[in-house]
Amino acid sequence: MALETIDAAAKRGVLAVQEYVVLSARAVSDIFRRPLYRDDIYMQADIIGVGSLPIVILTGFFLGGVLALQSASTLQQFGAAAFTGQLVSFSMIKEIGPVVTALMVSGRNASGMASELGSMMVTEQIDAMRALGTDPLKKLVMPRIVATVVMLFFLVILSDAVGITGGGFVSVFLLGQDGSQYFHTCYQSLEYPDILQGLVKPIFFGFIIATIGCFYGMKTRGGTQGVGRSTTQAVVWSSILIIVCDFMISRFMIGIFGR
Amino acid sequence: MNPAGANGATPPHSPTSSVEPVVVFDDVSIGFDQKPVLENISFQVHAGEMRILLGPAGVGKSVLLKMTNGLLRPDSGRIFVFGEEISAMHEQDLFELRGSIGTVFQEGALFDSLTVRDNVGYRLIEEHLPDDQITARVTEALRFVELEQTLYKFPSELSGGMRRRVAIARAIVTNPKLILYDSPTGGLDPITSTTIIELVMKQRDVSHTSSLVVTHRLQDAFILATHRFNRTTNQMETLPPHQTDPNTSFLMLNRGRLAFDGTTAELIHSEDPFIREYIS
Repeated sequence: MALETIDAAAKRGVLAVQEYVVLSARAVSDIFRRPLYRDDIYMQADIIGVGSLPIVILTGFFLGGVLALQSASTLQQFGAAAFTGQLVSFSMIKEIGPVVTALMVSGRNASGMASELGSMMVTEQIDAMRALGTDPLKKLVMPRIVATVVMLFFLVILSDAVGITGGGFVSVFLLGQDGSQYFHTCYQSLEYPDILQGLVKPIFFGFIIATIGCFYGMKTRGGTQGVGRSTTQAVVWSSILIIVCDFMISRFMIGIFGR
Repeated sequence: MNPAGANGATPPHSPTSSVEPVVVFDDVSIGFDQKPVLENISFQVHAGEMRILLGPAGVGKSVLLKMTNGLLRPDSGRIFVFGEEISAMHEQDLFELRGSIGTVFQEGALFDSLTVRDNVGYRLIEEHLPDDQITARVTEALRFVELEQTLYKFPSELSGGMRRRVAIARAIVTNPKLILYDSPTGGLDPITSTTIIELVMKQRDVSHTSSLVVTHRLQDAFILATHRFNRTTNQMETLPPHQTDPNTSFLMLNRGRLAFDGTTAELIHSEDPFIREYIS
């Protein structure tokens, strides 16, 4: 009996992975097929990108600030408080900026996608769309993937900039450090591999957020309860995959560039 | 009565039929989670014909309808629509074919974020027709269901019956050659149901569109079989005594199998205990 349960669970898991891969591959291939649904891409970019601006700016600013606070107190013990800017910029650009921004966007948008598409599934709107001759993957999923990947890329850059500014604000006004020294150390030690690492991650994270959100939305069953379940699973799985993917990209990039 | 089941179907390109059927089910079976839902279903829908699909709730009527426009694929057997085997078609090709099929879903399935105009004109918008042309055709379709005043309303602002009428307008706006109605009167009060049935009949008698109507409401089915739409009075009227609509016939499902395939008279005079119990 227990073996049967494990067997069934494993089969369900493998099937879910297969369905996810097929959905993602078809949605990506739809980018190169007409019609392109440009208006839907712009609309999603507005919802996902512009709509996420307040939370990204707020979290970025205060994360930079808290990083400066924590690192300055530790660095001070070694007489290296002058390197606060370097630590803040390193952390923000390589790790905190991409990961926290992705988690914020995931919480806001993966859930939104899963609930929106899930509601459409349970009210037969997706079937109606197919019956009206429109491919829901092309009309609903592809624009969300393109919009999330593009907008997360720019949101992460913004978050990095705001985070470094937040760190500078704390360093200058709370810790009494020299502003020009802070910003000087911020960029002085940065190298292209660091920037590259920070810019590659949001592309993968954006893809994960959109595909997981849409996948759980499109496989919603069981009425409003099913919509709630899909929404929760979308946020949980996209968050987990973002962290796992972050580790893999970091390991890969460090392996290549040595930093 | 034509005994249903595996031997009830005419082969897809039978030499006996001069005109190609619009829909052909040829020994079709489907199941979910290894449980058979429909087994060995065979029937045809000819041009201008209305086939009313009866059966108890949960017997697989909606599943059969979804297989007709390729939303579900059979596990075995073949389905032909307009002579093309849709059970073997690629999803991308099916999107094109569905342009000639109108579908009215059980609850209407209107897009709740779009206005009535955009819902009804959805397919026209997708085809990038000029705006004024879309509005004109949508208004015409809405006039057919007597709802032209709701053009810029959202589905949430409409009653259940009105939403169902908008769904009918959406299905007919492109003048499809086949319309699939999935319980068009389900969950509606008797007066609204009659209005919907009148619209279904109007489409049958005015446009002569082939249709497959799923219902579990026997009274709706018999109204369709015993009435016709009068274009002069713009109302439905009862056919003379002992007359039924020659283009309307019945299919009945029971326990996943086709229990009946025949005319109204054959259904009424059937000796089958299940059918007798169902229609009594």
